[in-house]
Amino acid sequence: MALIETRNLTLKNRLDSVSFTAEPGEMLAVIGPNGAGKSSLLQCLAGLLHAESGRHLPQEGGVFLNGTPLRAFKPTDRARQIGFLPQFCDSAWTLAVEEIVALGRLPWHDRDEAAIRQAMRETGIEGMAQKNINQLSGGEQARVWLARVLAGAPCLILADEPVASLDLYYQARIMDVLRQHASGEGCVILAIHDLALAARYCDRFCLLKQGRVHAFGPSETVLTEAALSDAFGVPIHVDLNHSPPIILPA
Amino acid sequence: MKFLKIAKKIPSSPALFLGLLAVFFLSLTVGSAPVPVLTGLFDWLTGQPGIPALVMGEIRLPRTLLALSVGAALGLSGAALQGLLRNPLADPSLTGASQGAALGAASVFYFALLPGLGVFAPLLAGLIGAGLTLLLTLWLAGPGRPALLLLAGLAIASLSGAALAAVLNFAPNPFAMQELVFWLLGSVSERGMAHLAFLLPALVIGSLLIWWQRPLLAALSLGEQVATSLGLNVQRGGRVIVFGAAILVGAAVATAGNIGFVGLIAPHLARPLAQNRPDRLLLPAAAIGATLVLLADITVRLMPPGREVRLGVLTALIGAPLFIRLIWKMRREWL
Repeated sequence: MALIETRNLTLKNRLDSVSFTAEPGEMLAVIGPNGAGKSSLLQCLAGLLHAESGRHLPQEGGVFLNGTPLRAFKPTDRARQIGFLPQFCDSAWTLAVEEIVALGRLPWHDRDEAAIRQAMRETGIEGMAQKNINQLSGGEQARVWLARVLAGAPCLILADEPVASLDLYYQARIMDVLRQHASGEGCVILAIHDLALAARYCDRFCLLKQGRVHAFGPSETVLTEAALSDAFGVPIHVDLNHSPPIILPA
Repeated sequence: MKFLKIAKKIPSSPALFLGLLAVFFLSLTVGSAPVPVLTGLFDWLTGQPGIPALVMGEIRLPRTLLALSVGAALGLSGAALQGLLRNPLADPSLTGASQGAALGAASVFYFALLPGLGVFAPLLAGLIGAGLTLLLTLWLAGPGRPALLLLAGLAIASLSGAALAAVLNFAPNPFAMQELVFWLLGSVSERGMAHLAFLLPALVIGSLLIWWQRPLLAALSLGEQVATSLGLNVQRGGRVIVFGAAILVGAAVATAGNIGFVGLIAPHLARPLAQNRPDRLLLPAAAIGATLVLLADITVRLMPPGREVRLGVLTALIGAPLFIRLIWKMRREWL
């Protein structure tokens, strides 16, 4: 069964009848031009925005987690299963790294040290546990925000542009961690602008254009020169046979 | 800041509460006449007549407990609001509650409202005033982001400030006006156990409301979106926090007048002791708030006799420079 599914997901002026499924063990990239609705889609999946169901199927539309409507979940139950990594993260207070990661345990009402340690180990920030967040570089901070999500042990991780503004080293580190999460029962849905990076790591792709699904499926069907050029409005060169894949404006 | 560096090395909470206890007993010993503290307390508790029992039971103990409760209420509400608004410069008066309480209490003095309630009339009117301004603030801010509360609170606070100015402007006679102004300047003297009986329930209810929302305060460190994604109801929880803070501030202002800057400075001093965590800040901020107001009130009593310096004036005189220093420090951090 699909881990998460959207049926005719509609959000006024932002999303229009978006339907797709994501399975356990899958890494799904949501791609598309700026303003295509990537962030809105992830926020709907996280339960942060309440979408209207499609006009034609009022009883069936919306977001479903393991077959149950997302709105039927208690917020804590939803938070235990879905971890959300927003596009822009910051901490209002100069907290220690460990304290920030521990916030990921809030849905569980505990402070599971083992889960916190493991999340820091997976993201390689164990050595900075006692450091204050404002002493870290942008790349180190990005790993802290991700560790916070991992500490909650969600089966589904929603990440909104997790590698934007990171250097190549940290891009690879973050994508490796996400890929690792999506290797077993877990699932990752991420919005991403770097299409070549997406092609290198992700299993399936959801190409959005003006709030609609323009193309959906594996790289061969979505990452085509025709589909991408149409969606982005510029000619795009694609070479998926190259290792790593190449996707650039032509 | 040397003080903070030293403070970091001391196990924070026990030291904080021991300090509070010491200041508490110091407050019981300070007064115009020397009175044996323990004998007085014992006599008062066992119902034996005598000057020491009278001074302790009727004057010093209520005054001390009142200063402590007012300080704790202001410190706690400041910590909660700073956490909610994610802003270290947020002050309890920003909900409009303290101006509303002042307006309510001042209206009682001026119009002689609720005559049947006696000493409780300004207290009740203060709490009602705080409640009304708070409702107005919440209504104006709408269901949106807590950050908008800051502006809405400021606007409503200005409105109640204007109404208060009008009340002062049309005071029936200079004496009524003087009484009003002095009351507004803030003091914990000349109040009895009745005031305490009013303030304590408010302190308990307000604190419990805020205490209940600690997970939200912790999660809000990372923003409203993350807090929501962690399964917390930011909108409802935010209202509970504002409501709790308004009860605390409203009751504190209604009993003791305006005691400025304690709600702003106490959380700031407490923050290093709580590793900057907004949810762990609540108790230390309350303890420091109580200590500050007790110390300020002791200072008031130690001043040479004559025209008394009002407690609110003293806290503002000390607090405002600290506030300026805080902004100066933040500016340096950003440059």
